[in-house]
Amino acid sequence: MGVWTPIAALIKGLSADARHWQILALTGLFSISFLTSDFGAQPKHFLAAFLGAMIAQTGGTLWVNARQAKAGRRTLKGAHWRGSKLSGGIALMADFQWKSALITSLSLSILLRANSAWFWLAAGLIGVSAKFLIRYRGKHLFNPACIGIVAISLLAGSAAWVSPGQWGQTPIFAAFAIGFAALVLSSAKRLDIALGFLGFFALILTLRAFYLGDPMTIPMHQMQSGALLVFAFFMITDPRSTPDHWLGRLIFAFAVAAFAAWLSWEHHLRGSMLYALAALAILTPVLDRLIPAERFQWISRKGHGNETDTSAQRLRARPYIVRA
Amino acid sequence: MKLTPLLSACALGLTSFALSAPAASAFCGFYVAKADTDLFNDASKVVLVRDDERTVITMASDYRGDVSEFAMVVPVVDIPEREQINVANPALVDHLDEYTAPRLVEYYDENPCELRYRRDMIAMSSAPQAMAMEEAAPEAEALGVTIEAEYEVGEYDILILSAEESDGLITWLNGNGYRIPDGAEDVVGAYLKRGMKFFVAKVNLERHSGSSMLRPIQVAYEDEDFMLPIRLGTVNADGKQELFVFAITRKGRVETTNYKTVKLPSNMDVPIYVKDEFGEFYKAMFTHQTEKQSGKAVFMEYAWDMSWCDPCAANPLSRSELRELGVMWLDEGGQGDIQPMRPGFGPQPVDAFVTRLHVRYDAETFPEDLNFQVTGDRENYQGRYVLRHPWRGDYGQCEEAGLYAEGLVERWDEEAKQLAKLTGWDLNEIKQKMADGGYSAAAINVDLPEKPKGSWWSRLWGND
Repeated sequence: MGVWTPIAALIKGLSADARHWQILALTGLFSISFLTSDFGAQPKHFLAAFLGAMIAQTGGTLWVNARQAKAGRRTLKGAHWRGSKLSGGIALMADFQWKSALITSLSLSILLRANSAWFWLAAGLIGVSAKFLIRYRGKHLFNPACIGIVAISLLAGSAAWVSPGQWGQTPIFAAFAIGFAALVLSSAKRLDIALGFLGFFALILTLRAFYLGDPMTIPMHQMQSGALLVFAFFMITDPRSTPDHWLGRLIFAFAVAAFAAWLSWEHHLRGSMLYALAALAILTPVLDRLIPAERFQWISRKGHGNETDTSAQRLRARPYIVRA
Repeated sequence: MKLTPLLSACALGLTSFALSAPAASAFCGFYVAKADTDLFNDASKVVLVRDDERTVITMASDYRGDVSEFAMVVPVVDIPEREQINVANPALVDHLDEYTAPRLVEYYDENPCELRYRRDMIAMSSAPQAMAMEEAAPEAEALGVTIEAEYEVGEYDILILSAEESDGLITWLNGNGYRIPDGAEDVVGAYLKRGMKFFVAKVNLERHSGSSMLRPIQVAYEDEDFMLPIRLGTVNADGKQELFVFAITRKGRVETTNYKTVKLPSNMDVPIYVKDEFGEFYKAMFTHQTEKQSGKAVFMEYAWDMSWCDPCAANPLSRSELRELGVMWLDEGGQGDIQPMRPGFGPQPVDAFVTRLHVRYDAETFPEDLNFQVTGDRENYQGRYVLRHPWRGDYGQCEEAGLYAEGLVERWDEEAKQLAKLTGWDLNEIKQKMADGGYSAAAINVDLPEKPKGSWWSRLWGND
């Protein structure tokens, strides 16, 4: 019995925040990429991305809190960030979502390749800044890692690139398993959009193979992409930049899958799903308006400040002010 | 054995060479051996020069049979004009092959009693070779085949064909002397449905010089897609196909985006006898490493700034050679980001980076065509294997010599293990061969100090 208590506590702690499982899983993917690929993820690149993401997260948090304090919308108490309380009870670092920044940096270092560490830093900075700056009705439009990669690839030309094929078969299966497990365990409840996207994408590839008369080994092979995996399990599942209603999410997943397939056939883009997601991000607010549903929170208000509360994770509507 | 101007490259060599020599540091040497280009039968060699959407493909063949039977069938995205097609000097591709080949490097240990070490050698060698593509043939409307263009280029008669259906095209090709293997319908059909045309070439005996060597065909084109169609090669029942891709860009390394790119293990010390069988070694190593990746990887054997090399398996290509291969940006205004001149070769620095990729494929392991991307990675990499010749002398003449001899035995042990790991060869056989050549404790009369033999369980099963 005594042995189980700490384990139970650990699982409870992990489940308190949907992001904990994501962080664990992404760390696993990072390790696989680092250990098994000659052109894989590198710790120093992660650190660069993390630095960039944290700078933007800190700046963004300060900005949002200062603005709110000024507007007097809300008195901020009980800061997460100890020692950051200013006199007058205004916590400038309240709601500092460093875990989100960590997830963004892990995704960036797994997918993005460049010839200088500055590009990871810039990608982290751009991605997380976009989270604070590009918002509609209190919800950010772009997944930070996705927009970070797309922006850097477009800006840097061939100095930065996405490396989707550097996984190999065994590592990619292990990585898929990890991604799937994390999503099942996570309380974010976004399995619908991940499986929806993978299903639609596989279907499109299979139909095309039928049309061309290709053997099924070809769509099977095309599904074994590291970019596809990280994308399906860790980007398009982002509860904060995808539709709130499950039906909206499925429509969104289909649109992204179809657009990604078109981009890769017609324009031979590598990592086309990232561009598709960035381009179609505008669909999210449209779908939210057409098919409204409760807004997702990483940590329920009830559980706020008490991350061991497993009963947390309730969806909760908070129409205007939602933290990034 | 040609003494190349390697000395000028030596200063640079120091940094990379001084890695593991216990008693000797290294300088340059000379070119010892070159692995025969017949190592890989029926290998194809393709040079891809790429800058944005501009591409020049050079397809070389080592076809040695009856030239009247030679034919080449390649899917292409567009109908090239006559001016877009060229034949190249085969020596160009051979030079590029030699320049990028995995190399063997030699060093000689100095007398450990004299604390000055100088003088070494480098050896190197090269490998593979040319291409053999499919067969192809000419004419008929009833079959739904359209001859979009017809050119005479050098010794070749070239046709660009489009077709409504693969059956018609294949029937037509077979009827016109291109032998298309059975089972090609699906692959040909898939290319046709993607709107691709077929570039087919045969040798015109009247214009053929009679030499057994066929010149490589070059095509210049622009396309967003940076890929190489390989699926026709998998239709053959001949088993695995061997392909070498030499990609030249101004930005950096080229990698496959739909297959894992792996660096061929490099910079290892190997036993001296490998010098006499470097070709075998390279072949065995490639096979073994391919198996370790379940046959599903593309191997990178060289990635280097083409202004120089170190050590050089062959001198860097001249500007005119590069231009002939299709490097179209050399004369286009500005200097580009030219690398600083290295104290090595290179008639002058050029803004070009080469990646040599080696693929062994069949329909099962490589179901799809190869998709590439140009990356901004300019880190140099080479397949390089090191021979260390021991110092021979009286190992009792000084204390250092005794220690050296002991180190030598350990070193040989490591080399044997390394070789076994690289090639999958049997460790005992390797050790026997080394002993036969005088590379064993017994041969140098070293009484090894009683080393603790490891734990009882490692003695039990011989595990380390």
